[in-house]
Amino acid sequence: MTSVGTPVPRVDGLLKATGTARYTADIPFEDLTHAVLLQATIARGRIASIDASAAEAAPGVLLVLTHLNAPRLPRMRAFAKGGSAQQTVPALQDDRVRFAGETVAFVVAESQEQARYAAMLISVEYDEEPPAVGLHGDAYPPAKVNGQPPDYRRGDAERALADAAVTVERTYRTPVHHHNPIEPPVTIASWDDDGGLTVHEAAQGGVHMMRLGFAEALGIPRRKAGSIRVVSKFLGGGFGGKGFMWPRNILPAVAARLLGRPVKLELTRAQMYTSGGYRSETVQRLRLGADRDGRLGSIVHESTSTGSDMGEFPEPCAQITQMLYACPNVTGTHRLVRQNVGVPTFTRAPGEGPGSFALESALDELAGELSLDPLELRLRNYAETDPEHDRPWSSKGLRECYSEGAERFGWSARNPEPGSMRDGRWLVGYGMATAAYSSHTWPTFARVRIRADGTAVVRCATTDIGTGTYTVMAQVAADALGVRPGDVTFEAGDTRYPFAFPPVSSSGARSIGPAVRAAALAVRTRVARLAVKDRESPLFGADAATVRAIGGGRLARADDPERYDTFVDVLERAGLGHVEERKGYGVMPFLHSTASGIAPWPVGPLLRVATRPFAGRYSTYDFGAQFVEVRVDPDLGVVRVSRVVGVYDIGRVLNPRTARNQAVGGITWGIGMALMERTTTHPRLGKYTSPNLSGYLLPTNADVPDIDVHFLDRPDPLVNPLGVKGVGELPVVGVAAAIANAVHHATGKRVRSLPIGPAELLG
Amino acid sequence: MIEVVPSEGGVVPAAVEVGLVVNGEARRLVVEPRVTLLDALRERLGLTGAKKGCDHGECGACTVLVDDRRIYSCTTLAVMQEGRRVTTVEGLGTPESPHPVQAAFVEHDGMQCGMCTPGQVVSAVALIAEGHAGSEDEIREWMSGNLCRCAAYPGIVAAVRAAAGGAS
Repeated sequence: MTSVGTPVPRVDGLLKATGTARYTADIPFEDLTHAVLLQATIARGRIASIDASAAEAAPGVLLVLTHLNAPRLPRMRAFAKGGSAQQTVPALQDDRVRFAGETVAFVVAESQEQARYAAMLISVEYDEEPPAVGLHGDAYPPAKVNGQPPDYRRGDAERALADAAVTVERTYRTPVHHHNPIEPPVTIASWDDDGGLTVHEAAQGGVHMMRLGFAEALGIPRRKAGSIRVVSKFLGGGFGGKGFMWPRNILPAVAARLLGRPVKLELTRAQMYTSGGYRSETVQRLRLGADRDGRLGSIVHESTSTGSDMGEFPEPCAQITQMLYACPNVTGTHRLVRQNVGVPTFTRAPGEGPGSFALESALDELAGELSLDPLELRLRNYAETDPEHDRPWSSKGLRECYSEGAERFGWSARNPEPGSMRDGRWLVGYGMATAAYSSHTWPTFARVRIRADGTAVVRCATTDIGTGTYTVMAQVAADALGVRPGDVTFEAGDTRYPFAFPPVSSSGARSIGPAVRAAALAVRTRVARLAVKDRESPLFGADAATVRAIGGGRLARADDPERYDTFVDVLERAGLGHVEERKGYGVMPFLHSTASGIAPWPVGPLLRVATRPFAGRYSTYDFGAQFVEVRVDPDLGVVRVSRVVGVYDIGRVLNPRTARNQAVGGITWGIGMALMERTTTHPRLGKYTSPNLSGYLLPTNADVPDIDVHFLDRPDPLVNPLGVKGVGELPVVGVAAAIANAVHHATGKRVRSLPIGPAELLG
Repeated sequence: MIEVVPSEGGVVPAAVEVGLVVNGEARRLVVEPRVTLLDALRERLGLTGAKKGCDHGECGACTVLVDDRRIYSCTTLAVMQEGRRVTTVEGLGTPESPHPVQAAFVEHDGMQCGMCTPGQVVSAVALIAEGHAGSEDEIREWMSGNLCRCAAYPGIVAAVRAAAGGAS
């Protein structure tokens, strides 16, 4: 009688389907005021003059902040250095413009229409300077890439390349991507009479991390950070774009303090493009060297992405190349080119997403050079152990992913000759790629309470970003307690709950799950201890440690399951309204001493403990194989993805319904990356030319074909007590390459710059 | 009949009184003429089921029915809908008594974050009534005015198909 592993329907499904779920923008507030941002229309220069007098005089306007009158705000500590921000430079502090879309004024009015209108009345004159645009300038190494040095070397890749029988040397390009969740970021800040701040936030950034960010930004001492409450109950999509503190998060709190009224800021779609990061464009040079049998002797992966004066986030493209194949000589490098744009940030499948496009395309090109089946090439270079860290994998079912995927897809029917397969007038192509993702375990606490009626409530300050956390964590707790999942309520998204790291890097199930399980087992044991000391209990005198949960809220003697007690009876006899326990997982020892639930500053050490070489003895990765069929119109160059098979090793599957949904979503992100998504930048003005959803194309329902998702569903014996790895990002990885490879197979044309469209195929 | 109310200050145009039949109930409200139907529903009538995703008629999260026809409520002004019947997701069903389409979305997991879901549900109800749920391909095509960034599309198609089958 276990719930984990069964397709329990989403517990918040009906709330969402009936419009009853309250997202941040939906929360009613007394006395609410509305804010809008006015953003710079040039990419580089100075504000020569700014005149807000007409705006200030407009009906309903309460406050206009510009760099001339805004309170002084500190530079924020960078996330990579233990802080909460990607953009470390605060808004409205000087007359400099560093990128198009930087905030130059913040207008608050009684209604959003009034605020929007007033913002249009602000007159700004700029002294323009020519902006740096594109990855053309001098490249420099970043300080760190995902906490690691920018350069990685094993063996001597250059020499091995010179000695290789067959080489492939190619350059691949990916464009700027934006997260584009359907929900725009929203912040509602309100101060109470005692100086306490409550922020309702559409926050993937983790409510506790954001609390520390608000404290830092607003000059509130860390010891008083408890006076800040951050709430985020429903999140309308994140994908990395609502992580971290950005100036837009801080300004409503600043204005609300000045006005003494709650302030709500809801970004427009266009403002989302410049106010919360993006995935940098990348240029990636790949050089492969192999022997005639296709055994890799050398890989050099050199990735260049966008640098910014406002902060630093290198897209970690080469890191997947360092671990994926058994190759003795590998060099991976990351460089930045400074541009007048905002700071890039994590975007679903950061690094592995664009990195796998380059690596897995290059492998397909090598397979072509060798006249070898692309799948066979990968099998010949299968890494039985982690070649980067020279240690075993915690689990790796990739070989089974390949074979199962090939079987389900019908890979053996592939005629290796490009352009050889047709369906009527359509050219048909098959392509495949490997997927791997370094999902993380972050420090997480959970509190589980058993109530007098035998039901349980679990609290944890994570946020359900749509992955199904509310549902799945109820299942995990239910199994540990021995109750039905319907008897458990999971509550999240509030700094009043125990600390959780932001739900990023496919960490939710594998970080929260073990914490919930540990807390549930602890509280169950506590009830057992009450029972074994109670003369009236059938468990009296038994060893509490051996008491077993037998379902239905019953605890039985290990030696005699017929003799059992119940949560309800034990609590009633003990006269307790509830019992509860709090446990942490993936946690540094010193964290245990902070009972407040506030993470110690800085967050940096947490990052280091949680990065992927966990425990230093094993490497843990999610693995998968992607198989794609495309149809290409030979006259129009239109590419349609007609079939996808994805087979994944994500450890144990906690809920096949929600996991499958995430996998389908990830694959669809890969389809978008391959065929549609691109933010274009004006080459001279340095401004985005398509900050919307009609210039930036997202996959629609009609773009998504039959998708066959299969999980090996094999618990990882080492990663954590639940055996669960991560699912959120893995299915994105490799899809764009598999599509590009399939397009090549269909047409004989190799496209090395995304997205692939008629212009690339007919040109 | 639209009654024009004089404006204060002369900068903002006059507020106007609008009569709408929202989810079967006659509602009167005074709004500025520049207020969209979406903002009128969300900010004035407290009906926050319809979502603002783009405010440009691109994403479909704000889809409502006006006289049984699906429209993007962000690209029409409240004053333009005087006297019309507006149905929002709240008017279709409740958690306690959901519309069959709403129940089907849960059953087939046609959602993740849920932000686009009200628009998808309203669109699906209209699509079935339009007779556009005959095949999976037809559903995909006629549901493509509602973006889902989580891409729960196969679940949405399955939900629409199930609900349409049950209704016929």
